[in-house]
Amino acid sequence: MAKPEPETWGEVPGSMEQAAITTRYTFLDYIRSRRFAILLIIMLVISAILTFVFAYKRPVEALVDPLSFYSTWWGMSATFVVALSGIFFGGDAISSEFQNRTGYFVLPNPVRRSSVYVGKFAAALIAASIILVVFTLITVANGVYYFGFTVPFAFWESAFFDWVYLLAVLGFAFLVSSSFKSGAYSILVSAIFLLFAFSLIESLVEDLAGIEPWFVLSYASQIVGNVLDASYPAHVQTIPEMFGAHVITLTVYNVGVGEGLVILLAYFVVTSALGLYLFERKEFN
Amino acid sequence: MSNPSLEAVGLSKRYGTFNAVSDLNLKLEGSKCVGFLGPNGAGKTTTLKIFTDLIRPTGGHAFINGANVHTSKKQALAHVGTVIETPEIYSSLTPREGLSLICAHRGVPKSERRKKIEEVIEEVKMGEWIDKRTGKFSKGMKQRVNIASALLGDPSVLLLDEPTTGLDPRGMSEVRDIVKALKSRNRLIFMSSHLLGEVSEVCDEVAMIDHGKLLVYDTISNVTTKFSKGGDTVEVGLIRPLGAGVLEKSVASIANVTSAERMDDRNLRITFTGGLASQESILSELAKLNIGVVSYRPAISGLEDAYLDLIKETL
Repeated sequence: MAKPEPETWGEVPGSMEQAAITTRYTFLDYIRSRRFAILLIIMLVISAILTFVFAYKRPVEALVDPLSFYSTWWGMSATFVVALSGIFFGGDAISSEFQNRTGYFVLPNPVRRSSVYVGKFAAALIAASIILVVFTLITVANGVYYFGFTVPFAFWESAFFDWVYLLAVLGFAFLVSSSFKSGAYSILVSAIFLLFAFSLIESLVEDLAGIEPWFVLSYASQIVGNVLDASYPAHVQTIPEMFGAHVITLTVYNVGVGEGLVILLAYFVVTSALGLYLFERKEFN
Repeated sequence: MSNPSLEAVGLSKRYGTFNAVSDLNLKLEGSKCVGFLGPNGAGKTTTLKIFTDLIRPTGGHAFINGANVHTSKKQALAHVGTVIETPEIYSSLTPREGLSLICAHRGVPKSERRKKIEEVIEEVKMGEWIDKRTGKFSKGMKQRVNIASALLGDPSVLLLDEPTTGLDPRGMSEVRDIVKALKSRNRLIFMSSHLLGEVSEVCDEVAMIDHGKLLVYDTISNVTTKFSKGGDTVEVGLIRPLGAGVLEKSVASIANVTSAERMDDRNLRITFTGGLASQESILSELAKLNIGVVSYRPAISGLEDAYLDLIKETL
């Protein structure tokens, strides 16, 4: 039914500006929240343990050169820090609007849900990036202690890939969050997938089915660690394994840098779009 | 500002086989307060949620100030203040920050935000708490901030879903005063409530809904006249038993009294027409009878009578 435009229209900010407004206040809520402090503490504990192990044990293989150091330190923990950040900041980002009833405060205003979704995503990305930056600085500080200011370029590449992985993780977490109205369920499902299920699916697909798990997020995240290897691993490797008296040849796939980035970005785009679609469709009833 | 308006055109909302709202046609226009009444599950909140795009209709359209709420949400809600259910503010934010967020979304100029926020927060008597985080607030305190948020941006339309929920008696009275004050400032207020006394006191018109269907929409006096069986009722308490024949001869013959009955030795129930003016004159006449009146209180209003009659008929 055609209706005339109301005379009063014209003062409400544009959608991008409203997304920026949402980002500002959501970020304020995040950094004051207990979860931000908890995640920061977890990350500092991980850093403290690594610092202690390296200082006390002085692992020879890891301290042979800067690349080995960063490969060991960063390669074993960077994706874990990202997964935790995604769970903490994205796990209930949308579901909490329903469960905590904050959606009733914001959404009955002249603001599109897409602005709220994009704004909350940006806030989560900024908060998680802060955690990642602090972890990166601690890593580099340890590297500087052992090897001076010689930070391999591959480390900065890896840090960038880790941040792209963060985009994909948050996209996935927002999708899960948009699928539930309970924060507990959405956090649990995000955690199960990001900490266990993706790795399990990757192993099963690779080892049992013998096909490249290009559709699994954790497979793409291998580029974060692989780029720190002295020589980038071959795309396909066959490894003979002894199972009792039998020798079984396992096929191991290693994601290439380009392929990994494409998968991560595809995850980010597809899961974010799906999450937004679900949020737009979800009703407050 | 043009005449504020709110219109439901064939509005329906179905959940499986359950019709929460069924072909609702309702047009409200102008500066007034309209009470939205109905039993639990009648479709009041569902209707208000459709008008704020929190849920989508399965049929029909909702318009505010001429704009379709679902297809042109920003235009439709540009000058609408809402309190739907009991919203929560992000717990780490203070009322000032929460209201700044709403101001920013509604396009209140930065230079005016501080003043506007302090004005509305004072209006709901939360000035002392303006810079405290809302996470530890009681339900009533949060509801006051929610009402403050609805007043931001000088809205022409207010959609209030049981706005006095969670408030103490003083808070309820203050909210009613706020709503009454808004009526005089060219505002259209659509307010759902379970409290018939509240609706009688605050609203000019009433829309009653049950099983998702609109039963009646008219002025309160018309609804009372059309559907109330006998007008308003008061209960009268006496210090001593009423003498023989006094009830029938003297009390029942007072002007506008339609019936008078003895509840027990010291309590009477009087039904009358003519509203508050009659209520006052009947009290005056009872005092002249010197029958020992010690209490005189409304027992059932015409609106309540009409409500019970209408809702009963739909069962």
